[in-house]
Amino acid sequence: MKKVWFGLITFGLIFSIFSGKPEVISKVLLFDIQKSVDLVLSLVSIMAFWSGLMRIAEKSGILDKLSNFLKPITRLLFKDIQNSKEAVNAVIMTILANMFGIGNSATVLGIKAMEEMQKINKNKNVASNSMCMLLIINMSSIQLIPLSVIKLRSDAGAVNPTDIILPTIIATCFSTIISILFAKYYERKSIL
Amino acid sequence: MKISDFILPFVIGGILFYGMIKEVDIYSVFVEGAFDGAKSAVKILPYIIAIIFAVNLFIQSGAEEFIVKIIQPITTFIGFPAELLSLIIVKPLSGGASYGVIQTILENHGADSYIGRSAAVLMGSAETIFYTAAVYFGAVGITNSRYTIKVGLMSHVASIIAALVVCKYMF
Repeated sequence: MKKVWFGLITFGLIFSIFSGKPEVISKVLLFDIQKSVDLVLSLVSIMAFWSGLMRIAEKSGILDKLSNFLKPITRLLFKDIQNSKEAVNAVIMTILANMFGIGNSATVLGIKAMEEMQKINKNKNVASNSMCMLLIINMSSIQLIPLSVIKLRSDAGAVNPTDIILPTIIATCFSTIISILFAKYYERKSIL
Repeated sequence: MKISDFILPFVIGGILFYGMIKEVDIYSVFVEGAFDGAKSAVKILPYIIAIIFAVNLFIQSGAEEFIVKIIQPITTFIGFPAELLSLIIVKPLSGGASYGVIQTILENHGADSYIGRSAAVLMGSAETIFYTAAVYFGAVGITNSRYTIKVGLMSHVASIIAALVVCKYMF
């Protein structure tokens, strides 16, 4: 992450000078960074809501039932958090929220899952195997119905905007399976 | 009409209803959880600022355009549609910016063209890798993400190949 961040900024700085528009830097500083505050503000309410609701689900025991049902899968993918019920539950909710694309709640639940996994993480600076796995599954995008893309296509005058659903699901499944395989491979290769 | 709009009432209603049956003090438990959620949201602000600054600078300074121009000859040579290059580079960096890119693609090539369809499938099957990593790891203070970014990028490549192949044979 450090390298990526440095690379992006260095390239950006160099190019803003060479392409003769150094004013881009101050524009980004003044206007675009403002967007991150807007983004966080818009997240505060939805995060608060879903965290509250999830706490009820946790206390009532409904999450435990769900995670027992999905145990065979989570045991395989998230081996090192099996001792923490809270962490497993949070991971399951994150993945489900991502699949159904329930707005920003996926981010909320994802952060909750990371916090729970961090509690049982031995080295607090280094990501655990399960953390990497959750991130990688999320990064491969597991959303079943790409609503925003369908909207874009119908705006652009597609005859049948939804006909990309099946291809998207196939492509997504393919990339997710590849990612999980690679994640497992690197998990075994690296000694923590 | 959205699928998620139909799921929401069941999720919210179901959780509350089950909580009532199990005699959970749903109101105070909700507030307690909501407080934690609001705290986490504020905690990720610095990470979002860091990533938005870098990504916006990279795209707006013309660095992104330049890289597209450099690798274009190579990709044209192997028969890869050059129109999709920008989307491929921008999508892992920024969700917002990639919307602009795909809109242009759909306008220029039509939503039902091969390029338009591949772009749409790619958009739906790829994720903003760097933003996700920044927010998720940032929230818990992880500085060493190990192989995460590497595998995330591999998954991105897998999405690209899948999108192109699937669109070629399904339409």
